[in-house]
Amino acid sequence: MIPAPFDLVTADSAEAAVAALVEHGDDAKLLAGGHSLLPLMKLRLAAPAVLVDIGRLRDRSFVRDDGAHVTVGALTRHRDLETSPVLAEHAPLLAAVAAQIGDPAVRHRGTIGGSLAHGDPASDLPAAVLALGAVLVAVGPGGSREIPAEDFFHGFMDTALHADEMLTEIRIPKTAGAGWSFQKFNRRAQDWAIVGAAIQLGPTPRVALINMDMQPLRASATESAVAGGASPAEAAAVAAEGCSPPEDLNADAAYRRHLAQVMVRRGLVEAAGRSAASGQSTVT
Amino acid sequence: MSAIGTPMKRREDPRLLTGEAKYVDDIQVPGQLWMGMVRATVAHATIAAIDTSAAEAMDGVFAVYTGADLQEMGLWGAPLPCAWVVTPDMANPAHYPTAVDEVHHLGEIVAVVLADSRYRAADAAEAVVVDYAELAAVPNLDAAMAGAAVAHSSLSTNHAYHWPLVPDPDALEAAFANAAHTVTAEFVQQRLIPAAMEPRGVLAVPSPYGGDITLYSSTQVPHILKVMVAATTGISEAKIRVVAPSVGGGFGAKLNINPDEMLAVALAHRLGRPVRWTESRTEAAGSTHQGRGQHQRIELAADAGGKLLGCRVHIDADMGAYMMLITPGVPLLGSFLYTGVYDVPAFGFTCDGWFTNLTPTDAYRGAGRPEASYAIERAMDLLAAEVGVGPDEIRRRNFLGGGDRFENLTVASTLVFDSGHYGPNLDRALELADYDGLRAEQQRRRAAGEPVQLGIGLCTYVEICGLAPSRALGGLNYGAGGWEHAVVRMLPTGKVEVVSGSTPHGQGHETTWSQIVADKLGIDPADVTVLHSDTAISPLGLDTYGSRSLAVGGVAISMACDKVVDKAKVIAAHLMEANVDDLVFENGAFSVAGTPAASTPIQAVAFAAFTAHNLPDGVEPNLQEQVTFDPPNFAFPFGTHVAVVEVDTETGGVRLVGYTAVDDCGTQINPLIVEGQVHGGIVQGVAQALWEGVHYDEDGIIKNPSLMDYLVPSAAEVPSIRTDSTVTPSTSNPLGVKGVGEAGTIGSAAAVMNAICDALSPFGIADLPMPASPQTVWRAVESARATTGGAS
Ligand SMILES: Cc1cc2nc3c(=O)[nH]c(=O)nc-3n(C[C@H](O)[C@H](O)[C@H](O)COP(=O)(O)OP(=O)(O)OC[C@H]3O[C@@H](n4cnc5c(N)ncnc54)[C@H](O)[C@@H]3O)c2cc1C
Repeated sequence: MIPAPFDLVTADSAEAAVAALVEHGDDAKLLAGGHSLLPLMKLRLAAPAVLVDIGRLRDRSFVRDDGAHVTVGALTRHRDLETSPVLAEHAPLLAAVAAQIGDPAVRHRGTIGGSLAHGDPASDLPAAVLALGAVLVAVGPGGSREIPAEDFFHGFMDTALHADEMLTEIRIPKTAGAGWSFQKFNRRAQDWAIVGAAIQLGPTPRVALINMDMQPLRASATESAVAGGASPAEAAAVAAEGCSPPEDLNADAAYRRHLAQVMVRRGLVEAAGRSAASGQSTVT
Repeated sequence: MSAIGTPMKRREDPRLLTGEAKYVDDIQVPGQLWMGMVRATVAHATIAAIDTSAAEAMDGVFAVYTGADLQEMGLWGAPLPCAWVVTPDMANPAHYPTAVDEVHHLGEIVAVVLADSRYRAADAAEAVVVDYAELAAVPNLDAAMAGAAVAHSSLSTNHAYHWPLVPDPDALEAAFANAAHTVTAEFVQQRLIPAAMEPRGVLAVPSPYGGDITLYSSTQVPHILKVMVAATTGISEAKIRVVAPSVGGGFGAKLNINPDEMLAVALAHRLGRPVRWTESRTEAAGSTHQGRGQHQRIELAADAGGKLLGCRVHIDADMGAYMMLITPGVPLLGSFLYTGVYDVPAFGFTCDGWFTNLTPTDAYRGAGRPEASYAIERAMDLLAAEVGVGPDEIRRRNFLGGGDRFENLTVASTLVFDSGHYGPNLDRALELADYDGLRAEQQRRRAAGEPVQLGIGLCTYVEICGLAPSRALGGLNYGAGGWEHAVVRMLPTGKVEVVSGSTPHGQGHETTWSQIVADKLGIDPADVTVLHSDTAISPLGLDTYGSRSLAVGGVAISMACDKVVDKAKVIAAHLMEANVDDLVFENGAFSVAGTPAASTPIQAVAFAAFTAHNLPDGVEPNLQEQVTFDPPNFAFPFGTHVAVVEVDTETGGVRLVGYTAVDDCGTQINPLIVEGQVHGGIVQGVAQALWEGVHYDEDGIIKNPSLMDYLVPSAAEVPSIRTDSTVTPSTSNPLGVKGVGEAGTIGSAAAVMNAICDALSPFGIADLPMPASPQTVWRAVESARATTGGAS
């Protein structure tokens, strides 16, 4: 529980943070809320020589209504997503997902940018941005670029970000009242999901799975089935298709596949109910 | 107004909740050195070589010692103690604070670094390179019994001892021969990590002159520790002072004599520098003793009506790699309770202790009794099913004394239960839980084939606490007595100081003791100060474990108050020119019976005793009395717990949705503290049923050492607990009190598992292992569906 020695650099802007990353190269890591990175360091599973603290970039913490989409700053804390009236109206799935992360202490420290950049398949927010069809914006030495969520997650804790890039914001298309659901199965309230599913209906129904593979991913067979008018049970039956679920003390692969089906079925039923309640048709 | 029985808020809480309380880690002294432990990363190996050169060269490193270095320095007067040699032939391999040639469990210390900061100590410990030649490990009880590998190269077997308690073997045989119904069940008590909120920590401060040493320790047992430091290090006992500052929980894990602690004392003493260490959470998983670790087999014999005829129990107990302070005795603490609250004519218990290459086991909240009550309470449900009656009915048919009130009743295990009144206690719990309503809702869900089923579980437990009559402990070959010491002194201004031998680590002794003293002396509880946890202030005591503080230590305080009043009465009579026998003591004042107007407050007597200007002949100045109370018998609290669970048959998820506890701990001094103990205790037992358990791999390595994977529950997982109590005073002490610190844990694991099995009984599922994880439950449901075609 005691980290190896490191130096701390405090960045006062995204540009300064990127400059520090360029300067220190592979030895450096951005530090946002610290709630994924510091535990790894305390277990000495990570030992960056330099930490670039971006936790104080208050101007990168916001939820803004930008017309067709909502823009969320990368340093926005989970708690601010959970309580945002803009999200409650235009992307309630994201607020609901944030509300289920860890415990209140974690939600007051952890940031959406940190959670996405960490690329942990057991985390909740990656599934949310996949289901919402979000676009992630990163800045690097050569300026900024946009990365669609579906291209962002490459493997276990591996993302499209370059070592010298920083996530700055996430753009989320408004969901216009379409049904959604977040299903998280865990043993204690504060835990990561053993398996979870984030579902957003609408013109393109998307179903994203948590902890079902080496990376956060979408249940494409289920999505096609839903688009094709299948019932929740039929669509859920193929939820784990193509997944290679991890195995750990909580669940082996077979149990995870089963849970994915249950979570997706329950989620599709709930999402359809929400669509109906807001006058939307189930699928489109 | 009586203070006893009042739910006073704990006077400790403001300082604990605002961070004012000082724990060991808060105490900083100049010149201190931090220990960094190099711990075994394998479970069983010989140490081929240790390279300390890189660590020694690091900034801030004072020294690096291997186990062999320390042996050469002659630091040890004796191995770490085992105070409970349960049989004369018990195997007890020498256990020194550091391994020298062979390591026997993950986390055993092989070398120690001293550095000028905690961080540098950790860095340097990581830089020590140990070359292990691995030996075949004994990674669990089954392997220990199979014996293909032996945990200690110095031993020829893993078997440590055999301990029988079979009062009448012939009667036991006959009971089973004549039974209409028999039930045989096997249960596994998984190993648990105690996980106190404050990890263990130690700071040893030598004085520059005279060789005195002060040990600040996060311990439950400062007095016992003092004796054992002397024995282990050879330092004169008279030169050792042990201070337990605020201690953030212990649950048994802080009653041991630990290697790290002995290292700190011995090195500080030898080097003349303060030495400190604070355990980290993952370190604790392997270095602090664990709880439970038993395989149980219980057999019940009953007549056609379900009336018990006999009970036969065998335990295989996992000692871990070494016998620590009371390792071998823990399973035996439960031996007397396997017949529970029931009238069982014939009883037999045997226990075999086994060595494994795992962290030693020892006391953990309940220590032997949760295991016992689990086995009998689960088995009673199995018997109910076998006989075809409800779980409440099978219990009623078998209650000791027919469920009526009894006192001083001898039970089959040869103990004398102080008092009990089980029938009304069960009635009250069923009423409070709305048992009939729950059963109706259960029927509705079953009939509707709902995916989420309801289960209701009962546990009617009894436990043995108030440790203990010294003679009884002697009879069990325990190495110490069970008395407790107290001093009560009135100061010149009429305020009172109490010196408590029992040592709090979260229980609220200061509040409870002040209530007892306030009532006894007729004063305001706020006028009572309780001194404790420092052997320089409280030199005599046997500390806190086994739910003994109130039933032994609190009683000693009460008796010391009586002696203070007796002496004050003699002085008051002298001052009032009255006859001692004519004086009455009421509301804190002495008066002649019948003339309450002319009274002398006890504070005035205290002042007179202090000035000593006018005392009767032969009466010593000052009002101070001491008592060492050795209880004539144990105390036997009991109660009924009702757990309600929802089992999601699609996911295997179990949710505890209701919990009712009606406990009987005899007379209550502070019902609020009782309730707090009950709540915490319950959750700790529920945790064993649903979440906690150490996972070892085949090499004896812990797979879930951090709190991310070792699932200690939080408030979010637990429903609001409904509590009530019945009051059946103990006959073991004049206050009529029993203990309540462990009762919740002793009742709750069985209640929860009974509830889960109750929910799943339509699937033909009779038993599940703990913890009942979702995967385990789902698998059981799946295989039941596959074999029977399913129940829903
Ligand atoms: C007890 C506990 C329980 C938790 N439970 C859950 C849970 O249930 N579900 C869940 O999803 N998560 C959970 N988490 C993780 C939590 O949500 C983290 O806060 C989050 O995953 C990481 O965000 P952070 O701001 O703390 O990132 P940090 O830990 O500061 O950083 C994480 C990684 O991302 C990088 N990084 C951070 N910000 C950026 C950026 N803007 N651009 C590029 N790289 C960046 C860092 O360099 C680092 O590699 C839990 C954490 C804890 C401690």
